[in-house]
Amino acid sequence: MNGFLAIARKEFEDGLRNRWVLTSILLLGGLALVVASVGTAPVGTVAGTTLATTVASLASLSVYLVPLIALMLSHDAIVGEYERGTLLLLLAYPVTRAQIQFGKFAGHLAILALALTLGYGAAGAVLALTTETSTEDFVSLARLVLTSVLLGAVFLSLGYAVSAFVRERASGIGAAFGIWLVVVVLYDLALIGILVADTNGVVDAGLLSALMLVNPADSFRIANLAALDSSYVGLGTTAMANASAAWIATGALAAWVIVSAAVAFGLFRRYEL
Amino acid sequence: MMTSTPRSRCGEGATSAISFANVSKHYGSSTVLRDVSMAISAGECVGLLGPNGAGKTTMFKLMLGLITPDEGSVTVAGATPSAAAFCKVKTGIGYLPENVVFDGGISGRAMLGFYGRLKGVRQNACDDLIELVGLTAAASRPVRTYSKGMRQRLGLAQALIGDPGVLFFDEPTTGLDPTSRRQFFSLLKEQRSRGTTIIMSSHALAEVEAQMKRFAILKHGRLRAFGTLDDLKKLAGLETRIRLTVSPGSANRVADHFDGHVRLSYVNEKSVHLSCLDSTKMFVMRELATLEEQIEDVEVCAPQLDDLFAHFMAQGEGA
Repeated sequence: MNGFLAIARKEFEDGLRNRWVLTSILLLGGLALVVASVGTAPVGTVAGTTLATTVASLASLSVYLVPLIALMLSHDAIVGEYERGTLLLLLAYPVTRAQIQFGKFAGHLAILALALTLGYGAAGAVLALTTETSTEDFVSLARLVLTSVLLGAVFLSLGYAVSAFVRERASGIGAAFGIWLVVVVLYDLALIGILVADTNGVVDAGLLSALMLVNPADSFRIANLAALDSSYVGLGTTAMANASAAWIATGALAAWVIVSAAVAFGLFRRYEL
Repeated sequence: MMTSTPRSRCGEGATSAISFANVSKHYGSSTVLRDVSMAISAGECVGLLGPNGAGKTTMFKLMLGLITPDEGSVTVAGATPSAAAFCKVKTGIGYLPENVVFDGGISGRAMLGFYGRLKGVRQNACDDLIELVGLTAAASRPVRTYSKGMRQRLGLAQALIGDPGVLFFDEPTTGLDPTSRRQFFSLLKEQRSRGTTIIMSSHALAEVEAQMKRFAILKHGRLRAFGTLDDLKKLAGLETRIRLTVSPGSANRVADHFDGHVRLSYVNEKSVHLSCLDSTKMFVMRELATLEEQIEDVEVCAPQLDDLFAHFMAQGEGA
């Protein structure tokens, strides 16, 4: 336990020292406040600014930003230590590889959770003070923060997997960007392509939902947007637009956290020094 | 400061603190260790010698469980380093890697505090170690501002965290100035006197010879020799060189006296150089006493560790 806590603490302190915490808070807070001030424009509709519309807009933007921040935090967690030569010394201490990976995970996730809570919370507080806000709106905001943390957790672990797979930091950056591009951007484009090409109706709503749930970014979209009024909902999320879908998608995200962490640990366990 | 209170330490009580039994390690098609066997008792100090790429760092990694042997087995303090249970044993092991690297943005004090927490050691005990290696004045500065010698001293302090019973030093004096080297060896002496098992690799053979009790000489992953200096001398069969300064005109007479008994390597008007095995050294000494009037000075050069090292490195050359 000593090792896990010591490593988690060090990662968090490193985040404070190298301004990762501050940058993330300013980035996410600034984004949230800008979105709160421009209403639903980011999702292509025009409506009055409320907390509900802000949550919908933030969900659409977070799906790009949160994975990127998570991957930037984690892509060199293992390979960076290996390249610098600090991994050798760290592993010579009474600390297991599991404690190292999950200690780093806890520290990085704390940075992300703090930035999301303070950043999105600031926008929520501003809107709560200036507009009419219901309890459901706060639930939506809380869900956004929670699922954003889960999405971040998935991409942190994917970053560790990349970091424990490559032997050079530069390769890690390339691989992390590749993962972001495929999972967050290209996967949806491929789905649209399939739907457009599917003139015979092979891809029904059930299959489409399943295809979206196997992608953590889409699970995140569904988890946040399915329970909202459809007028706020963006691309490709209407297939599962109901409240239970939100829970299923959140469950899928949680499953992704476990699977990605297990994959990363499997790779790190075999990492030769 | 460090206490010298006797207490239960890693490796104590075990017949053999560290053992290698027919250990081989390969990386792809390259073999870095071949059939290495040796046993080191608790409290023993062993110098690990060999040229770059001989397999010294691989042996440290095996002893720490960072890699596993492909053949054979390694035990440290009675445990297999690659086993999960070895994690606890590591609390009693200190390791200073070759070219130790620290996170440059953190202060020396914070860095040591972090490693201390990994071993469950409190910050004030780490501060004592900072004082011990003479870094108190620089303790609050980021490690990136440290000179190589200061980083090495910080590395030494981290190796001593938790008062380990086993110390692994991989090229510990690299980058240290003469004063720091003296301080390092003074610390090493204290650790030796406290019964710490020490394995140290170094290219500074004279320093290793003075500090260590036994020596393991590696070449191309093979253990060429292992033993005390006397063991190695016997194994190598190297001769002791005796340089005689003789009185004018008596060189040939002195040389003739020894001819046939020892090897004459050099003779001129003022000097006679002899080489003999340990078994004939006393004979030569007795004969020298009979030649007292012809001999002005005697210099005896027994084989040193660097001679033995060179001998074992040359052995099997080209094979």
